[in-house]
Amino acid sequence: MIHTLESVIREHPFFQDFPEKHLAFITGCAKNVQFPEKHFIFLEGDPADEFYFIRGGMVSVELVIPHLGPTTVQTVGEGEILGWSWVSPPYRWHFNAKTLKRTRALVFDGKCLRAKCEEDHDLGFEMLKRFASIITSRLDATRLQLLDIYGHND
Amino acid sequence: MATMIENEVPQGLNADPMIPQLYRIDRVRDETDDTFTLSLVPENGEAKISFLPGQFNMLYVFGTGEVPISISGNPAMTSVLEHTTRSVGIVTKAMGLLKPGDQIGVRGPFGSHWPLNEENGRDFVIISGGIGLAPLRPVLYFLMAQREKYRKIVLLYGARAPEDILFKKELERWRGKFDLEVQVTVDRAASGWRGNVGVVTPLVARAPFDPSNTVALLCGPEVMMRYAVMELQKRGVPHDRMYLSMERNMRCALGYCGHCQYGPGFVCKDGPVYRFDQIASVFGKSEV
Repeated sequence: MIHTLESVIREHPFFQDFPEKHLAFITGCAKNVQFPEKHFIFLEGDPADEFYFIRGGMVSVELVIPHLGPTTVQTVGEGEILGWSWVSPPYRWHFNAKTLKRTRALVFDGKCLRAKCEEDHDLGFEMLKRFASIITSRLDATRLQLLDIYGHND
Repeated sequence: MATMIENEVPQGLNADPMIPQLYRIDRVRDETDDTFTLSLVPENGEAKISFLPGQFNMLYVFGTGEVPISISGNPAMTSVLEHTTRSVGIVTKAMGLLKPGDQIGVRGPFGSHWPLNEENGRDFVIISGGIGLAPLRPVLYFLMAQREKYRKIVLLYGARAPEDILFKKELERWRGKFDLEVQVTVDRAASGWRGNVGVVTPLVARAPFDPSNTVALLCGPEVMMRYAVMELQKRGVPHDRMYLSMERNMRCALGYCGHCQYGPGFVCKDGPVYRFDQIASVFGKSEV
């Protein structure tokens, strides 16, 4: 079965109940990409003008810590969204993203979307609602990680 | 709160459940730097071991004390009893010093069990964290021995770091099977780790199971189970098909002493395995 870009986007939980009128524009901002293993998709400090739907593979979100080197803080896998720095100023990546295996994704032009969201606040609100939900989930997960729940006091 | 299935639950080798049975340490296997598995055989050599996945025993280190430990072995094995525990308190630290040939007291098995025979034909999603994999290991043995009776089986397991992952060889063996999905994640990892990093609960969202026909089994830190329940709710798994193994301060294991009271019941007697809808009103309450 051949999946068009539109059908992939429409079926993704992120776009569940997304207003029909915006879907064509969203699809126009997306394209398929593939990355080899150990490829840096983005680097900390670089302009954050995209976000990604991971369709296959795995990406390590990492931070370079002096004396420790690159340290993975989270992995993002199939079905998940990578990158939200495109949503808020100064639109710079806060982490590195490196593929742990060959990875397929949809990349969305965040710069174009930002401009459109400024123009059309209905679209902007729909996008922000969805990214807020992802950010909340990641914050919950990070808090659990910080609690060290599997440590000696569990 | 009633036990899920109260018939045919093994209740130990001894007529008096307060009297420990003598067992001998047959083998001690280090799982991680602070977690170990004891293989025990009955000193009388004749008794057949019988338990259901999810049940626990009271293990008595003579001269030190008694603690409840889940049974982590294969339920099909009737000659050896396995328990996996972490050295954290006085008794488990003393237990960690025992050697093959040493004796230990065993009372049990006690408590409720995971619903395995009752849920033929369903998907199983097993969510565990840390030492919580130990009470679920018998489930995996059981399900894999009767694989054709079940649909998808998914194990989601979270550990602190790669070196804290329990039962590594078995996980690798199970992961190599095409009919069992195993996803392991760690909270932190050095650069050589090529698996998932992050807590176990977000894995629920993308795990391959059919929520309308799934049984979820959860065991791990209570806070982990709270978030796992939320993720399962988002996927649409009904409350009466989520089962949780709860932990409280169990002493007598018979519901007499009251130390493990949980709401109107006792974890040793009514649990440790509860169907979520039976404890939903008290689950996560700090006073309970």
